[in-house]
Amino acid sequence: MKRGWFLPIAATLGFAFLYAPIVSLVVFSFNESDLVTVWSGFSTKWYGAVLADPQILGAAWLSVQIAFSAASIALVLGTLCAVALVRFRKFRGRTLLAGTVSAPLVMPDVITGLSLLLLFVAMEATIGWPSGRGLLTIIIAHSTFCMAYVVVVVQSRLGDMDVSLEEAAMDLGATPVRVFFDITLPIIAPALISGWLLAFTLSLDDLVIASFVSGPGSSTLPMVIFSKVKLGVSPDVNALATIIIAIVALGVLAATIVQLRNHNNRAKAH
Amino acid sequence: MSTFDAQSPPPPRPRAWSGVERALAAVGLSGKALVIAAPALWLTVFFLVPLAVVFGISLTIKQFGRPPYSPLLTNEDGTVQLTLHLNNYLRLFTDGLYVAAYLSSIKIALISTIITLLIGYPMAYAIARAPDQWRNILLMLVILPFWTSFLLRVYALSGFMRGNGVINQFLGLFGIPPVVMMQTDFAVYVGIVYTYLPFMILPLYTNLVKLDGALLEASADLGARPVRTFLSITLPLSRPGIIAGCMLVFIPAIGEFVIPSLLGGPSTLMIGRVLWDEFFANTNWPRAAAVAIAMLIVVVVPIMLLQRAQDAVQDKERGK
Repeated sequence: MKRGWFLPIAATLGFAFLYAPIVSLVVFSFNESDLVTVWSGFSTKWYGAVLADPQILGAAWLSVQIAFSAASIALVLGTLCAVALVRFRKFRGRTLLAGTVSAPLVMPDVITGLSLLLLFVAMEATIGWPSGRGLLTIIIAHSTFCMAYVVVVVQSRLGDMDVSLEEAAMDLGATPVRVFFDITLPIIAPALISGWLLAFTLSLDDLVIASFVSGPGSSTLPMVIFSKVKLGVSPDVNALATIIIAIVALGVLAATIVQLRNHNNRAKAH
Repeated sequence: MSTFDAQSPPPPRPRAWSGVERALAAVGLSGKALVIAAPALWLTVFFLVPLAVVFGISLTIKQFGRPPYSPLLTNEDGTVQLTLHLNNYLRLFTDGLYVAAYLSSIKIALISTIITLLIGYPMAYAIARAPDQWRNILLMLVILPFWTSFLLRVYALSGFMRGNGVINQFLGLFGIPPVVMMQTDFAVYVGIVYTYLPFMILPLYTNLVKLDGALLEASADLGARPVRTFLSITLPLSRPGIIAGCMLVFIPAIGEFVIPSLLGGPSTLMIGRVLWDEFFANTNWPRAAAVAIAMLIVVVVPIMLLQRAQDAVQDKERGK
Protein backbone atom coordinates (compact mmCIF):
# COMPACT_ATOMS: atom_id res chain seq x y z
CA MET A 1 0.00 0.00 0.00
CA LYS A 2 1.19 3.48 -0.81
CA ARG A 3 2.01 5.62 2.18
CA GLY A 4 1.12 9.28 2.01
CA TRP A 5 2.96 12.17 3.54
CA PHE A 6 0.12 13.05 5.89
CA LEU A 7 0.62 10.41 8.60
CA PRO A 8 4.37 10.88 9.15
CA ILE A 9 4.01 14.67 9.35
CA ALA A 10 1.02 14.43 11.72
CA ALA A 11 2.89 11.98 13.95
CA THR A 12 6.04 14.12 14.00
CA LEU A 13 4.09 17.24 14.96
CA GLY A 14 2.17 15.27 17.58
CA PHE A 15 5.34 13.96 19.21
CA ALA A 16 6.88 17.44 19.09
CA PHE A 17 3.80 18.73 20.95
CA LEU A 18 4.14 15.95 23.56
CA TYR A 19 7.83 16.49 24.18
CA ALA A 20 8.63 20.18 23.60
CA PRO A 21 7.35 21.42 27.00
CA ILE A 22 9.20 18.64 28.86
CA VAL A 23 12.43 19.27 26.98
CA SER A 24 12.23 23.00 27.68
CA LEU A 25 11.61 22.29 31.37
CA VAL A 26 14.67 20.07 31.55
CA VAL A 27 16.82 22.64 29.73
CA PHE A 28 15.77 25.52 31.97
CA SER A 29 16.39 23.48 35.11
CA PHE A 30 20.10 24.02 34.35
CA ASN A 31 19.60 27.76 34.00
CA GLU A 32 21.62 29.97 36.29
CA SER A 33 19.13 32.83 36.36
CA ASP A 34 16.30 33.17 38.86
CA LEU A 35 14.10 34.12 35.93
CA VAL A 36 12.80 30.77 34.88
CA THR A 37 12.69 31.32 31.15
CA VAL A 38 15.61 33.66 30.45
CA TRP A 39 18.83 31.79 29.81
CA SER A 40 21.88 33.22 31.53
CA GLY A 41 24.29 30.31 31.78
CA PHE A 42 24.67 26.70 32.81
CA SER A 43 24.36 25.89 36.48
CA THR A 44 23.36 23.02 38.69
CA LYS A 45 22.66 25.23 41.68
CA TRP A 46 18.91 24.50 41.66
CA TYR A 47 19.64 20.80 42.06
CA GLY A 48 21.67 21.67 45.12
CA ALA A 49 18.77 23.74 46.40
CA VAL A 50 16.33 20.84 45.95
CA LEU A 51 18.59 18.34 47.70
CA ALA A 52 19.07 20.72 50.62
CA ASP A 53 15.39 21.52 51.10
CA PRO A 54 14.10 19.57 54.11
CA GLN A 55 10.46 20.20 53.18
CA ILE A 56 10.91 18.62 49.73
CA LEU A 57 12.97 15.72 51.06
CA GLY A 58 10.46 15.01 53.85
CA ALA A 59 7.53 15.09 51.43
CA ALA A 60 9.39 12.87 48.96
CA TRP A 61 10.10 10.27 51.66
CA LEU A 62 6.45 10.34 52.77
CA SER A 63 5.29 9.91 49.16
CA VAL A 64 7.63 6.96 48.61
CA GLN A 65 6.39 5.23 51.78
CA ILE A 66 2.77 5.75 50.73
CA ALA A 67 3.39 4.62 47.15
CA PHE A 68 5.26 1.50 48.29
CA SER A 69 2.52 0.42 50.72
CA ALA A 70 -0.39 1.34 48.46
CA ALA A 71 1.14 -0.43 45.45
CA SER A 72 1.73 -3.58 47.51
CA ILE A 73 -1.80 -3.67 48.94
CA ALA A 74 -3.23 -2.90 45.50
CA LEU A 75 -1.14 -5.71 44.00
CA VAL A 76 -2.47 -8.36 46.40
CA LEU A 77 -6.11 -7.28 46.23
CA GLY A 78 -5.98 -6.57 42.50
CA THR A 79 -4.46 -9.97 41.71
CA LEU A 80 -7.11 -11.76 43.79
CA CYS A 81 -9.79 -9.76 42.01
CA ALA A 82 -8.34 -10.52 38.56
CA VAL A 83 -8.16 -14.25 39.40
CA ALA A 84 -11.77 -14.16 40.54
CA LEU A 85 -12.94 -12.36 37.39
CA VAL A 86 -10.94 -14.45 34.89
CA ARG A 87 -10.89 -17.94 36.44
CA PHE A 88 -14.20 -18.15 38.29
CA ARG A 89 -16.50 -17.71 35.35
CA LYS A 90 -19.75 -17.55 37.24
CA PHE A 91 -20.46 -16.40 40.76
CA ARG A 92 -23.07 -14.23 42.35
CA GLY A 93 -22.18 -10.56 42.11
CA ARG A 94 -19.62 -11.03 39.32
CA THR A 95 -21.01 -8.17 37.23
CA LEU A 96 -21.14 -5.93 40.28
CA LEU A 97 -17.54 -6.75 41.19
CA ALA A 98 -16.35 -6.18 37.60
CA GLY A 99 -18.15 -2.84 37.45
CA THR A 100 -17.03 -1.68 40.88
CA VAL A 101 -13.38 -2.50 40.32
CA SER A 102 -13.16 -0.62 37.02
CA ALA A 103 -15.17 2.41 38.14
CA PRO A 104 -12.25 4.06 40.00
CA LEU A 105 -10.36 4.10 36.65
CA VAL A 106 -12.58 6.84 35.32
CA MET A 107 -14.04 8.33 38.50
CA PRO A 108 -13.08 12.02 38.72
CA ASP A 109 -10.42 12.43 41.44
CA VAL A 110 -12.37 15.10 43.28
CA ILE A 111 -15.25 12.67 43.86
CA THR A 112 -12.98 9.82 45.00
CA GLY A 113 -11.14 12.14 47.35
CA LEU A 114 -14.22 13.76 48.81
CA SER A 115 -16.08 10.46 49.26
CA LEU A 116 -13.18 8.79 51.08
CA LEU A 117 -12.65 11.79 53.33
CA LEU A 118 -16.33 11.86 54.28
CA LEU A 119 -16.15 8.10 54.95
CA PHE A 120 -13.09 8.47 57.21
CA VAL A 121 -14.73 11.32 59.13
CA ALA A 122 -17.97 9.37 59.54
CA MET A 123 -16.05 6.24 60.62
CA GLU A 124 -14.03 8.16 63.14
CA ALA A 125 -17.23 9.63 64.59
CA THR A 126 -18.94 6.24 64.90
CA ILE A 127 -16.25 3.63 65.59
CA GLY A 128 -13.27 5.81 66.47
CA TRP A 129 -11.11 4.50 63.63
CA PRO A 130 -9.10 5.82 61.82
CA SER A 131 -8.19 8.41 64.41
CA GLY A 132 -7.20 11.48 62.48
CA ARG A 133 -5.95 11.54 58.93
CA GLY A 134 -2.50 11.14 57.47
CA LEU A 135 -0.26 8.36 56.23
CA LEU A 136 -2.78 5.57 56.85
CA THR A 137 -5.77 7.23 55.22
CA ILE A 138 -3.73 8.21 52.14
CA ILE A 139 -2.47 4.62 51.82
CA ILE A 140 -6.04 3.27 51.97
CA ALA A 141 -7.26 5.81 49.40
CA HIS A 142 -4.39 5.11 47.01
CA SER A 143 -4.69 1.32 47.35
CA THR A 144 -8.32 1.58 46.29
CA PHE A 145 -7.79 3.42 43.01
CA CYS A 146 -4.46 1.70 42.20
CA MET A 147 -6.13 -1.68 42.59
CA ALA A 148 -8.25 -0.97 39.51
CA TYR A 149 -5.12 -0.54 37.37
CA VAL A 150 -3.55 -3.72 38.73
CA VAL A 151 -6.72 -5.65 37.86
CA VAL A 152 -6.62 -4.40 34.26
CA VAL A 153 -2.97 -5.40 33.79
CA VAL A 154 -3.19 -8.80 35.53
CA GLN A 155 -6.55 -9.66 33.99
CA SER A 156 -5.22 -9.39 30.45
CA ARG A 157 -2.18 -11.56 31.26
CA LEU A 158 -4.34 -14.21 32.96
CA GLY A 159 -6.67 -14.22 29.98
CA ASP A 160 -3.77 -14.77 27.56
CA MET A 161 -2.06 -17.56 29.47
CA ASP A 162 -2.35 -21.21 28.57
CA VAL A 163 -4.88 -22.78 30.95
CA SER A 164 -3.79 -26.32 30.11
CA LEU A 165 -0.73 -25.88 32.37
CA GLU A 166 -2.97 -25.26 35.35
CA GLU A 167 -5.20 -28.14 34.35
CA ALA A 168 -2.23 -30.49 34.01
CA ALA A 169 -0.98 -29.57 37.48
CA MET A 170 -4.44 -30.13 38.88
CA ASP A 171 -4.72 -33.51 37.17
CA LEU A 172 -1.44 -34.45 38.83
CA GLY A 173 -3.07 -33.80 42.19
CA ALA A 174 -1.93 -30.31 43.05
CA THR A 175 -4.35 -28.29 45.13
CA PRO A 176 -5.70 -25.01 43.69
CA VAL A 177 -3.56 -22.92 46.04
CA ARG A 178 -0.45 -24.87 45.08
CA VAL A 179 -1.28 -24.57 41.39
CA PHE A 180 -1.61 -20.83 41.82
CA PHE A 181 1.74 -20.39 43.58
CA ASP A 182 3.74 -22.93 41.53
CA ILE A 183 2.27 -22.47 38.05
CA THR A 184 0.15 -19.36 37.67
CA LEU A 185 2.23 -16.91 39.69
CA PRO A 186 5.54 -17.43 37.84
CA ILE A 187 3.75 -17.11 34.50
CA ILE A 188 1.95 -13.88 35.36
CA ALA A 189 4.96 -12.44 37.23
CA PRO A 190 5.81 -9.84 34.52
CA ALA A 191 2.25 -8.53 34.71
CA LEU A 192 2.50 -8.35 38.49
CA ILE A 193 5.70 -6.34 38.24
CA SER A 194 4.29 -3.88 35.73
CA GLY A 195 1.04 -3.65 37.70
CA TRP A 196 2.97 -2.83 40.87
CA LEU A 197 5.12 -0.25 39.08
CA LEU A 198 2.06 1.38 37.53
CA ALA A 199 0.36 1.55 40.93
CA PHE A 200 3.55 2.96 42.48
CA THR A 201 3.85 5.80 39.94
CA LEU A 202 0.13 6.61 40.09
CA SER A 203 0.28 6.87 43.86
CA LEU A 204 3.44 8.98 43.70
CA ASP A 205 1.71 11.33 41.25
CA ASP A 206 -1.64 11.84 42.94
CA LEU A 207 -2.40 15.33 44.16
CA VAL A 208 -6.18 15.63 44.41
CA ILE A 209 -7.11 12.50 46.38
CA ALA A 210 -4.20 12.94 48.79
CA SER A 211 -5.17 16.58 49.40
CA PHE A 212 -8.60 15.48 50.58
CA VAL A 213 -7.58 12.58 52.82
CA SER A 214 -4.32 13.88 54.27
CA GLY A 215 -4.07 15.54 57.63
CA PRO A 216 -1.92 18.28 59.12
CA GLY A 217 1.78 17.54 58.78
CA SER A 218 1.38 14.90 56.11
CA SER A 219 1.96 16.76 52.86
CA THR A 220 2.96 14.50 49.99
CA LEU A 221 5.42 15.57 47.30
CA PRO A 222 2.74 16.56 44.74
CA MET A 223 1.03 18.66 47.44
CA VAL A 224 4.28 20.52 48.13
CA ILE A 225 4.95 21.01 44.41
CA PHE A 226 1.40 22.26 43.86
CA SER A 227 1.62 24.84 46.62
CA LYS A 228 5.02 26.01 45.31
CA VAL A 229 3.69 26.33 41.77
CA LYS A 230 0.57 28.13 43.02
CA LEU A 231 2.75 30.73 44.72
CA GLY A 232 4.61 31.40 41.50
CA VAL A 233 7.22 29.65 39.46
CA SER A 234 10.38 28.77 41.27
CA PRO A 235 13.39 27.40 39.39
CA ASP A 236 13.94 24.67 41.97
CA VAL A 237 10.66 23.07 40.88
CA ASN A 238 12.23 22.72 37.41
CA ALA A 239 15.15 20.84 38.93
CA LEU A 240 12.89 18.67 41.08
CA ALA A 241 10.69 17.91 38.06
CA THR A 242 13.74 16.94 36.02
CA ILE A 243 14.92 14.54 38.73
CA ILE A 244 11.51 12.87 38.90
CA ILE A 245 11.16 12.68 35.11
CA ALA A 246 14.65 11.16 34.80
CA ILE A 247 13.84 8.47 37.38
CA VAL A 248 10.57 7.60 35.65
CA ALA A 249 12.17 7.58 32.18
CA LEU A 250 14.94 5.25 33.34
CA GLY A 251 12.38 2.96 34.98
CA VAL A 252 10.20 2.77 31.88
CA LEU A 253 13.25 2.25 29.69
CA ALA A 254 14.53 -0.60 31.88
CA ALA A 255 11.09 -2.23 32.01
CA THR A 256 10.75 -2.03 28.22
CA ILE A 257 14.19 -3.52 27.63
CA VAL A 258 13.49 -6.40 30.02
CA GLN A 259 10.16 -7.02 28.35
CA LEU A 260 11.62 -6.95 24.84
CA ARG A 261 14.44 -9.30 25.83
CA ASN A 262 11.92 -11.66 27.42
CA HIS A 263 9.86 -11.50 24.28
CA ASN A 264 12.86 -12.19 22.05
CA ASN A 265 13.99 -15.12 24.20
CA ARG A 266 10.54 -16.62 24.04
CA ALA A 267 10.47 -16.11 20.28
CA LYS A 268 13.84 -17.90 20.01
CA ALA A 269 12.68 -20.79 22.16
CA HIS A 270 9.74 -21.46 19.86
CA MET B 1 -12.22 -23.87 29.97
CA SER B 2 -12.14 -25.42 33.37
CA THR B 3 -12.13 -23.59 36.66
CA PHE B 4 -10.12 -24.26 39.76
CA ASP B 5 -12.88 -26.12 41.48
CA ALA B 6 -14.52 -27.76 38.48
CA GLN B 7 -12.84 -31.10 39.00
CA SER B 8 -12.60 -32.78 42.32
CA PRO B 9 -8.90 -33.40 42.79
CA PRO B 10 -7.60 -36.78 43.86
CA PRO B 11 -6.93 -37.10 47.60
CA PRO B 12 -4.37 -34.40 48.35
CA ARG B 13 -0.96 -35.47 49.45
CA PRO B 14 0.10 -33.85 52.70
CA ARG B 15 1.79 -30.65 51.53
CA ALA B 16 2.28 -27.32 53.15
CA TRP B 17 -0.49 -25.63 51.16
CA SER B 18 -3.08 -28.30 51.74
CA GLY B 19 -2.61 -27.63 55.45
CA VAL B 20 -3.58 -24.02 54.86
CA GLU B 21 -6.58 -25.17 52.87
CA ARG B 22 -7.69 -27.61 55.55
CA ALA B 23 -7.48 -24.88 58.13
CA LEU B 24 -9.64 -22.65 55.95
CA ALA B 25 -12.12 -25.41 55.33
CA ALA B 26 -12.32 -26.03 59.07
CA VAL B 27 -13.66 -22.51 59.63
CA GLY B 28 -16.12 -23.00 56.80
CA LEU B 29 -14.38 -20.96 54.11
CA SER B 30 -13.49 -22.24 50.70
CA GLY B 31 -10.45 -20.73 49.06
CA LYS B 32 -12.60 -19.52 46.21
CA ALA B 33 -14.93 -17.57 48.48
CA LEU B 34 -11.92 -15.99 50.15
CA VAL B 35 -10.38 -14.92 46.84
CA ILE B 36 -13.60 -13.15 45.91
CA ALA B 37 -14.35 -11.82 49.37
CA ALA B 38 -11.11 -9.93 50.01
CA PRO B 39 -11.30 -7.49 47.07
CA ALA B 40 -15.10 -7.38 47.22
CA LEU B 41 -15.04 -6.39 50.87
CA TRP B 42 -12.36 -3.75 50.31
CA LEU B 43 -14.24 -2.20 47.38
CA THR B 44 -17.49 -2.21 49.32
CA VAL B 45 -16.01 -0.45 52.32
CA PHE B 46 -13.75 1.98 50.46
CA PHE B 47 -15.62 2.60 47.23
CA LEU B 48 -19.35 1.85 47.43
CA VAL B 49 -20.00 2.88 51.03
CA PRO B 50 -18.16 6.24 50.55
CA LEU B 51 -20.45 7.06 47.62
CA ALA B 52 -23.44 6.32 49.85
CA VAL B 53 -21.92 8.52 52.57
CA VAL B 54 -21.51 11.36 50.04
CA PHE B 55 -25.16 11.03 49.12
CA GLY B 56 -26.17 11.03 52.79
CA ILE B 57 -24.11 14.10 53.61
CA SER B 58 -25.41 15.93 50.53
CA LEU B 59 -28.78 15.83 52.32
CA THR B 60 -27.50 17.63 55.41
CA ILE B 61 -26.66 21.30 55.93
CA LYS B 62 -23.46 23.00 56.97
CA GLN B 63 -23.07 23.70 60.65
CA PHE B 64 -20.21 24.68 62.88
CA GLY B 65 -18.51 21.95 64.83
CA ARG B 66 -16.95 18.60 64.13
CA PRO B 67 -18.01 17.19 61.76
CA PRO B 68 -19.17 20.39 60.05
CA TYR B 69 -22.57 19.11 58.92
CA SER B 70 -25.92 18.50 60.57
CA PRO B 71 -26.60 14.93 61.75
CA LEU B 72 -28.80 12.74 59.57
CA LEU B 73 -30.15 10.76 62.49
CA THR B 74 -31.01 12.31 65.80
CA ASN B 75 -32.15 10.45 68.88
CA GLU B 76 -34.57 12.39 71.02
CA ASP B 77 -36.19 10.65 73.97
CA GLY B 78 -35.82 7.26 72.39
CA THR B 79 -37.35 8.21 69.03
CA VAL B 80 -34.89 8.20 66.17
CA GLN B 81 -35.48 11.03 63.75
CA LEU B 82 -34.20 11.27 60.21
CA THR B 83 -33.68 14.82 58.96
CA LEU B 84 -33.11 15.36 55.26
CA HIS B 85 -32.35 18.72 53.69
CA LEU B 86 -32.81 19.32 49.99
CA ASN B 87 -31.39 22.85 50.15
CA ASN B 88 -28.10 21.89 48.51
CA TYR B 89 -29.75 20.44 45.45
CA LEU B 90 -32.16 23.38 45.17
CA ARG B 91 -29.19 25.71 45.26
CA LEU B 92 -27.51 23.77 42.46
CA PHE B 93 -30.45 24.61 40.20
CA THR B 94 -31.22 28.14 41.37
CA ASP B 95 -27.68 29.49 41.78
CA GLY B 96 -26.47 30.45 38.32
CA LEU B 97 -22.85 29.68 39.26
CA TYR B 98 -23.40 25.93 39.51
CA VAL B 99 -25.43 25.61 36.33
CA ALA B 100 -22.85 27.69 34.46
CA ALA B 101 -20.00 25.59 35.88
CA TYR B 102 -21.64 22.33 34.81
CA LEU B 103 -22.38 23.56 31.30
CA SER B 104 -18.92 25.05 30.93
CA SER B 105 -17.24 21.83 32.17
CA ILE B 106 -19.19 19.77 29.65
CA LYS B 107 -18.34 22.23 26.87
CA ILE B 108 -14.63 22.33 27.72
CA ALA B 109 -14.43 18.54 28.08
CA LEU B 110 -16.33 17.96 24.83
CA ILE B 111 -14.27 20.37 22.71
CA SER B 112 -10.98 19.11 24.15
CA THR B 113 -12.03 15.51 23.52
CA ILE B 114 -12.72 16.28 19.86
CA ILE B 115 -9.37 18.08 19.45
CA THR B 116 -7.58 15.19 21.19
CA LEU B 117 -9.25 12.74 18.82
CA LEU B 118 -8.24 14.80 15.77
CA ILE B 119 -4.61 14.89 16.92
CA GLY B 120 -4.49 11.40 18.43
CA TYR B 121 -6.09 9.46 15.58
CA PRO B 122 -3.44 10.21 12.93
CA MET B 123 -0.72 9.54 15.51
CA ALA B 124 -2.22 6.18 16.50
CA TYR B 125 -2.69 5.27 12.85
CA ALA B 126 0.86 6.27 11.97
CA ILE B 127 2.23 4.11 14.83
CA ALA B 128 0.04 1.15 13.85
CA ARG B 129 1.23 1.38 10.20
CA ALA B 130 4.88 2.00 11.10
CA PRO B 131 7.53 -0.64 10.26
CA ASP B 132 8.01 -3.19 13.06
CA GLN B 133 11.33 -1.90 14.31
CA TRP B 134 9.87 1.62 14.67
CA ARG B 135 6.58 0.67 16.24
CA ASN B 136 7.90 -0.26 19.68
CA ILE B 137 9.97 2.90 19.92
CA LEU B 138 7.06 5.13 18.92
CA LEU B 139 4.79 3.32 21.32
CA MET B 140 7.26 3.86 24.12
CA LEU B 141 7.37 7.55 23.25
CA VAL B 142 3.61 7.66 23.84
CA ILE B 143 3.75 5.65 27.06
CA LEU B 144 6.61 7.66 28.59
CA PRO B 145 4.56 10.86 29.10
CA PHE B 146 1.72 8.65 30.36
CA TRP B 147 4.01 7.50 33.20
CA THR B 148 5.45 10.95 33.83
CA SER B 149 3.78 12.94 36.57
CA PHE B 150 0.56 14.57 35.47
CA LEU B 151 1.17 17.58 37.70
CA LEU B 152 4.69 18.08 36.37
CA ARG B 153 3.53 17.94 32.77
CA VAL B 154 0.89 20.61 33.45
CA TYR B 155 3.64 22.64 35.11
CA ALA B 156 5.95 22.13 32.12
CA LEU B 157 3.20 23.36 29.82
CA SER B 158 2.66 26.48 31.94
CA GLY B 159 6.35 27.33 31.62
CA PHE B 160 6.04 26.84 27.89
CA MET B 161 3.07 29.15 27.41
CA ARG B 162 3.97 31.88 29.92
CA GLY B 163 4.26 35.54 28.85
CA ASN B 164 8.04 35.20 28.60
CA GLY B 165 7.89 31.49 27.89
CA VAL B 166 9.39 29.52 25.03
CA ILE B 167 6.52 30.09 22.59
CA ASN B 168 6.54 33.84 23.04
CA GLN B 169 10.32 34.04 22.83
CA PHE B 170 10.08 32.08 19.59
CA LEU B 171 7.40 34.43 18.25
CA GLY B 172 9.58 37.35 19.32
CA LEU B 173 12.28 36.19 16.89
CA PHE B 174 9.88 37.08 14.09
CA GLY B 175 8.93 40.37 15.70
CA ILE B 176 5.54 39.10 16.82
CA PRO B 177 4.43 40.65 20.13
CA PRO B 178 3.85 38.24 23.05
CA VAL B 179 0.50 36.46 23.04
CA VAL B 180 -1.31 36.04 26.34
CA MET B 181 -2.03 32.32 26.66
CA MET B 182 -1.82 31.58 30.36
CA GLN B 183 -4.85 32.08 32.57
CA THR B 184 -7.23 31.75 29.65
CA ASP B 185 -9.67 29.07 28.55
CA PHE B 186 -7.34 28.45 25.62
CA ALA B 187 -4.63 27.28 28.03
CA VAL B 188 -7.14 24.88 29.64
CA TYR B 189 -7.95 23.34 26.25
CA VAL B 190 -4.27 22.95 25.42
CA GLY B 191 -3.67 21.51 28.90
CA ILE B 192 -6.36 18.85 28.60
CA VAL B 193 -5.30 17.86 25.07
CA TYR B 194 -1.66 17.74 26.12
CA THR B 195 -2.10 15.64 29.25
CA TYR B 196 -4.78 13.25 27.96
CA LEU B 197 -3.34 12.63 24.48
CA PRO B 198 -1.72 9.28 25.48
CA PHE B 199 -5.11 8.07 26.83
CA MET B 200 -6.57 8.69 23.37
CA ILE B 201 -3.69 7.20 21.37
CA LEU B 202 -3.30 3.91 23.29
CA PRO B 203 -6.83 2.46 22.83
CA LEU B 204 -6.91 3.71 19.22
CA TYR B 205 -3.55 2.08 18.54
CA THR B 206 -4.67 -1.23 20.09
CA ASN B 207 -7.65 -1.17 17.79
CA LEU B 208 -5.93 0.03 14.60
CA VAL B 209 -2.99 -2.36 14.85
CA LYS B 210 -5.40 -5.29 14.57
CA LEU B 211 -6.94 -3.87 11.39
CA ASP B 212 -6.74 -6.41 8.58
CA GLY B 213 -4.48 -4.98 5.88
CA ALA B 214 -6.13 -7.23 3.28
CA LEU B 215 -9.34 -5.22 3.57
CA LEU B 216 -7.49 -2.01 2.74
CA GLU B 217 -5.71 -3.63 -0.21
CA ALA B 218 -8.98 -5.06 -1.51
CA SER B 219 -10.54 -1.64 -1.32
CA ALA B 220 -7.60 -0.07 -3.17
CA ASP B 221 -7.66 -2.84 -5.78
CA LEU B 222 -11.30 -2.11 -6.43
CA GLY B 223 -10.33 1.43 -7.25
CA ALA B 224 -11.23 3.28 -4.06
CA ARG B 225 -9.13 6.35 -3.33
CA PRO B 226 -7.26 6.36 0.02
CA VAL B 227 -9.68 8.89 1.53
CA ARG B 228 -12.64 6.75 0.56
CA THR B 229 -10.98 3.59 1.92
CA PHE B 230 -10.33 5.39 5.17
CA LEU B 231 -13.89 6.68 5.50
CA SER B 232 -15.66 3.46 4.57
CA ILE B 233 -13.34 0.84 6.07
CA THR B 234 -10.80 2.09 8.61
CA LEU B 235 -13.01 4.58 10.39
CA PRO B 236 -16.05 2.30 10.97
CA LEU B 237 -13.83 -0.60 12.09
CA SER B 238 -12.01 1.58 14.61
CA ARG B 239 -15.24 2.69 16.28
CA PRO B 240 -14.64 0.78 19.59
CA GLY B 241 -11.21 2.40 19.84
CA ILE B 242 -12.66 5.84 19.16
CA ILE B 243 -15.35 5.41 21.80
CA ALA B 244 -12.92 4.07 24.41
CA GLY B 245 -10.36 6.82 23.73
CA CYS B 246 -12.95 9.60 23.77
CA MET B 247 -14.50 8.40 27.03
CA LEU B 248 -11.09 8.03 28.68
CA VAL B 249 -10.49 11.72 27.89
CA PHE B 250 -13.99 13.11 28.35
CA ILE B 251 -14.86 11.57 31.75
CA PRO B 252 -11.80 12.69 33.74
CA ALA B 253 -11.72 16.04 31.89
CA ILE B 254 -15.18 16.91 33.24
CA GLY B 255 -14.01 16.68 36.85
CA GLU B 256 -10.55 18.12 36.15
CA PHE B 257 -9.16 20.31 38.91
CA VAL B 258 -5.40 20.67 38.41
CA ILE B 259 -5.53 21.98 34.82
CA PRO B 260 -8.08 24.78 35.33
CA SER B 261 -6.46 25.88 38.57
CA LEU B 262 -2.91 26.05 37.18
CA LEU B 263 -3.55 27.08 33.57
CA GLY B 264 -7.00 28.67 33.62
CA GLY B 265 -7.93 32.15 34.68
CA PRO B 266 -10.33 33.28 37.38
CA SER B 267 -13.14 33.19 34.84
CA THR B 268 -12.49 29.55 33.86
CA LEU B 269 -15.45 27.76 35.38
CA MET B 270 -15.11 24.04 35.90
CA ILE B 271 -17.12 21.91 38.26
CA GLY B 272 -14.11 20.13 39.77
CA ARG B 273 -12.73 23.48 40.82
CA VAL B 274 -16.11 24.58 42.24
CA LEU B 275 -16.25 21.38 44.32
CA TRP B 276 -12.70 21.95 45.55
CA ASP B 277 -13.41 25.58 46.57
CA GLU B 278 -16.70 24.62 48.18
CA PHE B 279 -14.85 22.07 50.28
CA PHE B 280 -11.52 23.73 51.05
CA ALA B 281 -12.30 27.47 50.87
CA ASN B 282 -15.91 27.54 52.12
CA THR B 283 -15.71 24.33 54.20
CA ASN B 284 -19.25 23.62 53.07
CA TRP B 285 -19.05 19.83 53.03
CA PRO B 286 -22.75 19.16 52.34
CA ARG B 287 -22.72 21.51 49.33
CA ALA B 288 -19.52 19.90 48.01
CA ALA B 289 -21.20 16.48 48.41
CA ALA B 290 -24.23 17.63 46.42
CA VAL B 291 -21.94 18.96 43.67
CA ALA B 292 -20.21 15.56 43.62
CA ILE B 293 -23.49 13.65 43.29
CA ALA B 294 -24.59 15.92 40.44
CA MET B 295 -21.20 15.42 38.74
CA LEU B 296 -21.60 11.66 39.13
CA ILE B 297 -24.93 11.84 37.29
CA VAL B 298 -23.23 13.71 34.42
CA VAL B 299 -20.45 11.11 34.05
CA VAL B 300 -22.56 7.98 34.54
CA VAL B 301 -23.78 7.83 30.92
CA PRO B 302 -20.28 8.13 29.39
CA ILE B 303 -19.00 5.54 31.91
CA MET B 304 -21.67 3.09 30.76
CA LEU B 305 -20.80 3.80 27.11
CA LEU B 306 -17.15 3.03 27.87
CA GLN B 307 -18.08 -0.19 29.66
CA ARG B 308 -20.17 -1.31 26.68
CA ALA B 309 -17.41 -0.53 24.20
CA GLN B 310 -14.95 -2.57 26.26
CA ASP B 311 -17.37 -5.47 26.71
CA ALA B 312 -17.95 -5.54 22.95
CA VAL B 313 -14.22 -5.84 22.32
CA GLN B 314 -13.86 -8.62 24.91
CA ASP B 315 -16.83 -10.58 23.55
CA LYS B 316 -15.42 -10.33 20.05
CA GLU B 317 -12.05 -11.64 21.18
CA ARG B 318 -13.65 -14.47 23.08
CA GLY B 319 -15.77 -15.37 20.05
CA LYS B 320 -12.68 -15.92 17.91
